[in-house]
Amino acid sequence: MAEHSYTSRRELDQYAFHPAVTVLAPLLCILLQVVLPKVFPRLAIFDLPLIAVIFFAVARRSPIAGTITGTLIGLFQDGLTNHPFGVFGIAKGIIGYIAASIGFAVDVENPINRAVLNFAFSLVQSVLLFLITRYLLADATVKLLPVHELLRAAINTAVALPLFFLLDRFKLRE
Amino acid sequence: MVFAPLAGCAFVCLSMDSFFTRFRNPLTLIAIVLVQVLALAIQVQKPVTTATPNGESHKVTLLRHWMLAVVTPFEKLAHGVSSGVRHGWNNYIDLRHEREQDEQLRDEIARLRTEQAQFAEDAREGRRLQALLAFKQQYVATTVAAQVIGTSGTDRSRILTLDKGYDDGLRPEQAVMTPDGVVGKLRDVSAHTAQLLLLNDVSFGAGVVLASTRIRGILRGASNGTIQINNLTADSRIKPGEQVLTSGGDMVFPRGLTVGVIESIAPDPQHQPYTAIVVKPAANLSRLEEVLVITGTQTTLPDAAQGDAAQAEATAETNKRAADLVAEKLPGLKPDEKKDDTVPATEADPKATLPKPKPVVHQDKYSPGAAPPATSLQPGAQAASPEAKP
Repeated sequence: MAEHSYTSRRELDQYAFHPAVTVLAPLLCILLQVVLPKVFPRLAIFDLPLIAVIFFAVARRSPIAGTITGTLIGLFQDGLTNHPFGVFGIAKGIIGYIAASIGFAVDVENPINRAVLNFAFSLVQSVLLFLITRYLLADATVKLLPVHELLRAAINTAVALPLFFLLDRFKLRE
Repeated sequence: MVFAPLAGCAFVCLSMDSFFTRFRNPLTLIAIVLVQVLALAIQVQKPVTTATPNGESHKVTLLRHWMLAVVTPFEKLAHGVSSGVRHGWNNYIDLRHEREQDEQLRDEIARLRTEQAQFAEDAREGRRLQALLAFKQQYVATTVAAQVIGTSGTDRSRILTLDKGYDDGLRPEQAVMTPDGVVGKLRDVSAHTAQLLLLNDVSFGAGVVLASTRIRGILRGASNGTIQINNLTADSRIKPGEQVLTSGGDMVFPRGLTVGVIESIAPDPQHQPYTAIVVKPAANLSRLEEVLVITGTQTTLPDAAQGDAAQAEATAETNKRAADLVAEKLPGLKPDEKKDDTVPATEADPKATLPKPKPVVHQDKYSPGAAPPATSLQPGAQAASPEAKP
């Protein structure tokens, strides 16, 4: 009988996903993100692709995989906006890298930790997007609205917890 | 001794190898971010332009086109399902108060017809004056109705996806409106879809004119989702509630389309001495279902509008005749000849229509007949007042 032995936290908590899940879950998040605000305009405050980036990054625990996943999802989002390519790509790539790095140190199965991670990363993304638009694109009209961004972070956290629980069902132990 | 340089080289290679192995993760991140920063710089400096078969050019990057192609079928499916459900609910289930609404609409149509007849004469006069001044008015000639099927998915970019594209006659920079007013303009157009840039996006701009004061300004979207005119200095004539129309100066929107009304006016602390005039859009930008893309303009009134104008003029003529008939039949509405001070006009004496002045109570230098005739006055001489006379 095969005997599993785990020598590190990394090996204990590192997960993989079926390729179909890897592609379809972020794609579904993006599709919902573009369709839902048409019916309920206030849902544009959601960032379901960001939740997908955080989930896959902390589950895989690989900073390179997190960076690539975040970048690809971000670039896809850029394609649907009127921004140049790279605005969401850079922000979500950095988020993916940090999320995967933090995944080593934090128990990401804990709902409280998950809530804190999502809240913090939502705020980090808002700041990154502001910096990219303000300084890389030299758009002086853009403003950081702190209350709005805090509200966005809180709402995304509320959505992320059940979504993480749903996506947990597709995890495969490596 | 001979092997010393080789050993050194091998050591450096091994060190480099261990360096890349050790810092593989951050180096990957830096490389990916750097590539995107360079891509950003290239895109901002020189937007990619692709030529179309008929020689026109429009900015659609291939990558953006692919992404739209992936998302659009799902958006169309979702839109089809939701509109089917909504259509079934509205047309077969939720029919309460339909008769009352029908009655109200009929009344409104009757009222609007009367108003239209009143405006017909003014419009005819306006067109005649425009012809005299050789003024080239742009009328909306052709439009394409398009359904909104999706959004950009973020409130940082106020863009909607339309279900019509290049094959339906849509081109970038075409104006888009609803019956309520202007909503934006087209940005990227692919074969079967188009991106509509809304008025309240930060990258939007349009020339506008205030309806009553005729002050011209530039309308822009703000990052908080409002639309503002912020190139005007403080002016007491600009008041909240004033209508804002397109000026036609931007060569995108035909002149005179409704944009919205002024909601508030406040000094702009960041751009003194200018004011931030917030405009409330006439159309509900967050609830757009169907829009009209203006695909063509012309300098003459379109045929349908000419027919409407002719009908309105006929109605106005009929109304006027009916009013005259009523006036003739109602004696109370006729002028009282006994109390009328005017003398009946005759062809021989047209001045007889002037009213006779009433006799004055206290005579002074302003009373009729008190002032001497102009021919008797000397330049520089003091006019004698009636009181100074002996």
